[in-house]
Amino acid sequence: MSATATPHDGGQATGIDRIAQAFAANGKRAALMPYLMGGFPTLAESVRIGQACVHAGADMLELGVPYSDPLADGPVIHEAGTRALAGGATLMGVLEVARALTPSVPVVLMCYANMVLAPGADAFVERLVRSGASGLIVPDLPFEEAPEVLAACDARGLALVPLVAPTTPPERLARIGKRARGFLYTVSVVGTTGERAALADRFADVVARAKASTEVPVALGFGISTPEQALQAAQAGADGVIVGTRLVRAAGESDDPAAGVGEVVAELAAALL
Amino acid sequence: MSVGDTSQPTAGRGIEHRFGRYGGQYVPETLMPALAELEKAWTEAREDQGYRAELELLLRDFAGRPTPLYHAERFSERAGRPVYLKREDLNHTGSHKLNNALGQALLAKRMGKRRIIAETGAGQHGVATATVCALLDMECVIYMGTEDTRRQAPNVQRMELLGARVHAVDAGARTLKEATSAAIRDWVTNVGDTHYIIGSVVGPAPYPALVRDLQRVIGDEARAQMLEREGRLPARVVACVGGGSNALGIFTAFLEDERVDLVGVEAGGEGIDTERHGAPLTVGGRAGVLHGALSAVMQDEEGQIIEAHSISAGLDYPGTGPQHAFLRDSGRARYEAVTDRQALAAFREVSRLEGIIPALETAHALAWTLAQPDGELDLVCLSGRGDKDLAEVLAR
Repeated sequence: MSATATPHDGGQATGIDRIAQAFAANGKRAALMPYLMGGFPTLAESVRIGQACVHAGADMLELGVPYSDPLADGPVIHEAGTRALAGGATLMGVLEVARALTPSVPVVLMCYANMVLAPGADAFVERLVRSGASGLIVPDLPFEEAPEVLAACDARGLALVPLVAPTTPPERLARIGKRARGFLYTVSVVGTTGERAALADRFADVVARAKASTEVPVALGFGISTPEQALQAAQAGADGVIVGTRLVRAAGESDDPAAGVGEVVAELAAALL
Repeated sequence: MSVGDTSQPTAGRGIEHRFGRYGGQYVPETLMPALAELEKAWTEAREDQGYRAELELLLRDFAGRPTPLYHAERFSERAGRPVYLKREDLNHTGSHKLNNALGQALLAKRMGKRRIIAETGAGQHGVATATVCALLDMECVIYMGTEDTRRQAPNVQRMELLGARVHAVDAGARTLKEATSAAIRDWVTNVGDTHYIIGSVVGPAPYPALVRDLQRVIGDEARAQMLEREGRLPARVVACVGGGSNALGIFTAFLEDERVDLVGVEAGGEGIDTERHGAPLTVGGRAGVLHGALSAVMQDEEGQIIEAHSISAGLDYPGTGPQHAFLRDSGRARYEAVTDRQALAAFREVSRLEGIIPALETAHALAWTLAQPDGELDLVCLSGRGDKDLAEVLAR
């Protein structure tokens, strides 16, 4: 992957390098990657939440861009995005949140396809790189539709992180795994984002399938909300654990969103030590 | 003509993923295998004698096809030229939607899926889907925005009477866009045992081609009927366009007849110079992704989808089918907008002129046709009947 490092940045670490580093040296059973919705409850509060995550032991951050039609998200994240948009959050505002956080932690942006394509893939990726972000996740851009965005990301050393699902057949999994950059986002359940009771008995199979398909780290997400589930994901062999809805809920329920989220992240981090 | 001809013209052709640059499959990975499965199932079913015979029998005996082609004499007098109406309002359940719902439900049965979900705006697709689910004894869940459950209340009652569960969707503008998003989320969650009967020529491939294939019966019948009645093709074919399934349904048979003018009529709402409309093809903005396909979409600078507005719930949608965007760019079809006010006037006028109460959606196509000073022989798709709209119209 180091072959994709770009010459123009004068030897500085690329986004792909930073992500690799976060997986390689985190001192935990698995890297912890909290998700936060940019602009929820406000842009300024998003920065504080991100910083609280880092202090509580986050190894990377997934930063969501609020979108009008988030098809992969369950009700909690959908509602947070709707409120962020109602509060005036824009892509440029969320990229400012990224800019504030990237000095201390690698940030991967989660953004729906239409917002990536609206300015054109190259222009979008250029803005993202300028914010200091390390990677990009586009939940409605499957393998077949990704070549243009992937080329734009590769040209700038930004990791285009693909998703695989429990429904993805083996042959397709291998093709996606081969083109994965940064890590392989492995969806643990059939469904949208959201908290779920106990599904850990299926983690081992899902992770094993993903790991066999790729050389990049495998991070498990969707439906992981408790320290127990985070530990079970790590025990199942996941290199990273992504927790979203639980934290967005904490941000919405707490009088001090940053403190509320930080508390949950600290518990998750402790479980992974 | 025989309804047995309906799927013939597509036989042997592939299923389009793209129409020019438009279309594609912009959906969560979880759905990709289901789309592949659906495409394979449709490729096989449309060539399968058993499937086709079953569909054709139901289209004839259950739906009542072929629907009549009606020479609307007083309307013609008013327009100053002969105007024919393709009477999809006389299709069972009162609109063209049943053609697609029947075909897809039979397909779902072949695929072994017993649970059906669908979105609906005006409620016509919801009613058609609830109807076929009753017929075929399948579980049925319909997603409908709460604003639409209000303004199309009779259709909610019909769906529930037919045994469907109607999920009122309270997000966003509480209309068709949010209902479609909710249906897609349901499908992402229950994809193993569920088939999503999308109601228009929208969504990820193979849906735009699949729904068009099932709706082209409208134009195949109308073309033959027109030749029989008038001995010539119409000069112009007019249909309303929300997602655009009745329009593609009637256009498809005429695509190769280059002298036939194809006109899609979108919802002009409060005017296309305002932001309160549902006319993405007419205003010609930047292409964008909505509900799994790249097409003409109403969006802002950053790519957020803008809420549409139309008095007609079925046209109150900020996107449109990708093949329409292609037909517009290629010049083969053109798209125009009619305002709420014009559609309401046509709704009342056609009721008195012809004794036909059209759906508010259809009233857009009728309004455009009435407003044209020129023309020699028009064919208008009367896509549905307007009983559902009475309360909304009479309240004004």
